Amino acid sequence: MARRENSEINAGSMADIAFLLLIFFLVTTTMDVDSGIARKLPEKSEDTPQVTIKEKNILDIVVNRNNALLVENEFVQVTDIKRLAMDFIDNGGGLSTPKADKPGEPCDYCNGAKDPASSDHPTKAIISLQSDRGTTYGMYVSIQNEVEAAYNELRNKLALKKYNRTYKDLLGEYKDNATESLKDKINFLKDSYPQIISEPEPIK
Amino acid sequence: MSKFKKKKKGLPAISTASLPDIVFMLLFFFMVSTTMRETDLLLKKPVLPTASEVKKLEHKSLVSTIYVGKSKDARIAGDKIQVNDKIIDINDIPSFIFSERALRKEEEVKYMTTSIKADKEASVGTILDIKEQLRDINALKISFSTTRGSDLKSNY
Repeated sequence: MARRENSEINAGSMADIAFLLLIFFLVTTTMDVDSGIARKLPEKSEDTPQVTIKEKNILDIVVNRNNALLVENEFVQVTDIKRLAMDFIDNGGGLSTPKADKPGEPCDYCNGAKDPASSDHPTKAIISLQSDRGTTYGMYVSIQNEVEAAYNELRNKLALKKYNRTYKDLLGEYKDNATESLKDKINFLKDSYPQIISEPEPIK
Repeated sequence: MSKFKKKKKGLPAISTASLPDIVFMLLFFFMVSTTMRETDLLLKKPVLPTASEVKKLEHKSLVSTIYVGKSKDARIAGDKIQVNDKIIDINDIPSFIFSERALRKEEEVKYMTTSIKADKEASVGTILDIKEQLRDINALKISFSTTRGSDLKSNY
């Protein structure tokens, strides 16, 4: 009797099986990278010292429940905020906060109008965002985004002037290799234009 | 009879033997990059607002997510808050954060970020209440989850 030859397994359906699995993973895969606007909340402390801040050092942004915007009591659009905030922060009309050992000095890197009626110094400029409880979240995020954009652009400008590269570029490189000198540069830019955003209690 | 009889011409079949290899390669790629959804959304899927100045969230394992959106049931009005697999009240947020902290190493707690995934139609009051709760328990790093884009008009 002839021994039966071990016939090869038919591999033709292998592709079908693989395709089936492939399609399953294709459908279930989510490659979304979570990204968003990062914010740091202020710490809560029992004894907040009362500080007096000059009216001119505050940029008042008010948004009501109909998503209408007021900046310094003038009706504006969301897209105007970036320019207004930049003009306000970069104004440099006065002296910085006096430190323990040295008196306040004028802003030597500002390109603003040096208007005495606007902010004194970027380190003193406060942006106040007053919202209503009924404002939609999309509007709120848009405003936050525009304010963030203003700070980023100012830091970018200073970085280009001082280090010949953009702030974004520096941050990107810092992520890849964290060196002391890079960190100093980034911290310098951050200290030159610190983000001071205040959010008072919402309007009920 | 001629020695050079014309053979019948025909296109040879393309070998499909390497097809499984290609498919397997793709398969492995998707298998590795896939992440299964851990949480079932009990809310309507929040439509995230658009923003241009976004930062990527690093260290996914240190991120706790809070969803804010409308209930699936259209009859229920108002914003609902979901964490993990349940809808919670605003006052329960601290305990959620505490339970998230308990899962991490102690030295990592200060790097933990709370990502707020809220619908763009949600009201700011809810978001500010969440922020206040987070402030109370010193969970200060937050991120407003957005999609990348420059068309801010679609937000409002």
